[in-house]
Amino acid sequence: MLIKKIIILSVLLILPTKVFALIEVDITRGNLNPLPLAVSPLSIDDKSKKSFEEILKKENIGSEISIIVENNLKISGLFNPLNKDAFLQAPDIANLKPRFEDWNLIKAQALITGKVTYVDEKLRVEFRLWDVLAAKEMMALAFTTVPSNWRRVGHIISDKVYERLTGEKGYFDTRIIYVAEEGPKTQRIKKLAIMDQDGFNNKFLTLGNELVLTPRFNPASQMVTYLSYFKNLPRVYLLDIETGTQEVVGDFPGMTFAPRFSPDGKKIIMSFAKDGKSDIYTMDLENRIVEKITNHPSIDTSPSYSPDGKYITFNSDRSGYQQIYVMKNDGSNVKRISFGKGLYGTPVWSPRGDLIAFTKLHKGKFYIGVMRTDGTGERLLTENYYQEAPSWSPNGRVLIFYRETKTDNKGEGFSAKLWSIDLTGYNERLVETPTDASDPSWSSLLSN
Amino acid sequence: MILSKIFKNTLVVIVACLVLSACATKKEATIDSIGGQIQGDVYTGTEGVKYLADGVPDRVFFATNESILTTASRETLRAQAAWLRKNSDINVVLEGHADERGTREYNLALGERRANSAKDYLMTYGISSDRISVLSYGKERPIDSGSTPLAWSKNRRSVTVKAN
Repeated sequence: MLIKKIIILSVLLILPTKVFALIEVDITRGNLNPLPLAVSPLSIDDKSKKSFEEILKKENIGSEISIIVENNLKISGLFNPLNKDAFLQAPDIANLKPRFEDWNLIKAQALITGKVTYVDEKLRVEFRLWDVLAAKEMMALAFTTVPSNWRRVGHIISDKVYERLTGEKGYFDTRIIYVAEEGPKTQRIKKLAIMDQDGFNNKFLTLGNELVLTPRFNPASQMVTYLSYFKNLPRVYLLDIETGTQEVVGDFPGMTFAPRFSPDGKKIIMSFAKDGKSDIYTMDLENRIVEKITNHPSIDTSPSYSPDGKYITFNSDRSGYQQIYVMKNDGSNVKRISFGKGLYGTPVWSPRGDLIAFTKLHKGKFYIGVMRTDGTGERLLTENYYQEAPSWSPNGRVLIFYRETKTDNKGEGFSAKLWSIDLTGYNERLVETPTDASDPSWSSLLSN
Repeated sequence: MILSKIFKNTLVVIVACLVLSACATKKEATIDSIGGQIQGDVYTGTEGVKYLADGVPDRVFFATNESILTTASRETLRAQAAWLRKNSDINVVLEGHADERGTREYNLALGERRANSAKDYLMTYGISSDRISVLSYGKERPIDSGSTPLAWSKNRRSVTVKAN
């Protein structure tokens, strides 16, 4: 709630009501020809520049923000931001009225311009998106926020541009929670860590005294659920990252693990292991009522809700091996959906509702893939020695997961890193983290 | 400003707590794989094995994805049961582990299942369930950091650790 209030977003000019012949980017296929676009540094007057320099220790905040936008759009794989050295028009003039011929000359199809000012101790940004070929303004927005939010300003501009050009919500004003790893493989130290989607503002949330695993965001707030071995008792915990309070979820006489939130954020779904069996339970966070959802002598784990909350996908070895199942949210109508060769784990329902992402093990290789919710249309996106645990971007277009390397014959050379890949199977990228990393979870958009 | 306050608050999360003493006792793996042996898919060597008493090995090994006890494992557990009967003041924790070739969450459950399979066997030999607790580490605490079938076989284990 707090975060959402920070940014006051106001529409400066209304979008053109009838849009035709303007640029559009198709994100449903691998994009081998990313759209060339120019991100002009945001213009800034000398007085504002000086104020921000004092507050933020950044020489030119207008150009810093434009670099964030450029980087986000580039990493999406859909856009090709052009080199600023080739720009012919000054930022302040371009923002008023671009000379489209100049931008056309360097083959930019879209242009982003803007202006930053320091008003009443706040940072005010306006930006415009222009269609260079049609010589038209596509969008103009302005918003005001506290100066320390300047990176988020860059992410919000990126989201708006992405949405305007692709027709789908962006995913840049988001954070990733993950497990930071250090030390030898046999004595790994693990800490909860959080960072912006582009790797900035990394913070460690625990000290590493106890083993922590599988943090997941609440899709409706900035709450997190995770597994901690605090006092050597593996239990599911709930952590409010705004207040820092944490608590054990439920009172189970044994290990609870594999937690996730329901889409409305009101329940936690998880596994409880006892006597060699693992079953799926939910706990309502308001009235603390615990419900047993599966009841089977097998291992039932890695549950994930459909975005409407009506169904649950999970992982079970009731057939003898790990496979993916779907059931109603009360545990009825259990159906196996994975029938391909190999083992299937970590199913996670897309925020769009149409796909389930998973990890597959077949003939000694690990794959990240997607299938429809009835199990048809299986598509493997990436193959590697070891990788697992996909998490969806809030728009359901990108998956983040972790990958581990094989050790050499001395048992050395192990590393764990975060990677992302588009749903199309293209644009596979290493997500930089200060330490080794695993178990990523993508937040929802911080602002809309 | 508000954001930075949020981040400051997150630091409150950092909780003072106990060092994982159980982990600290585990020997760093030595990577020389020549001494090891595998039968079928189950480790039969002695690397890393400690003894609770003379002739009482502390661990049993499992085949990939399995929690069934082998003949050798049952022999080990009978020796453990005899030792526990003789030392009725000792309680134990059975620590279940999996190899690295499986998803993290499934492996947590698998480690729990393996430790329980050892627990059940100790119980059939007269050890009260009050004296046995179970703790799964999944694939989090391998004894051998190698990426070979031999290393994985050493890591698929249930280790009996004195709790008091």
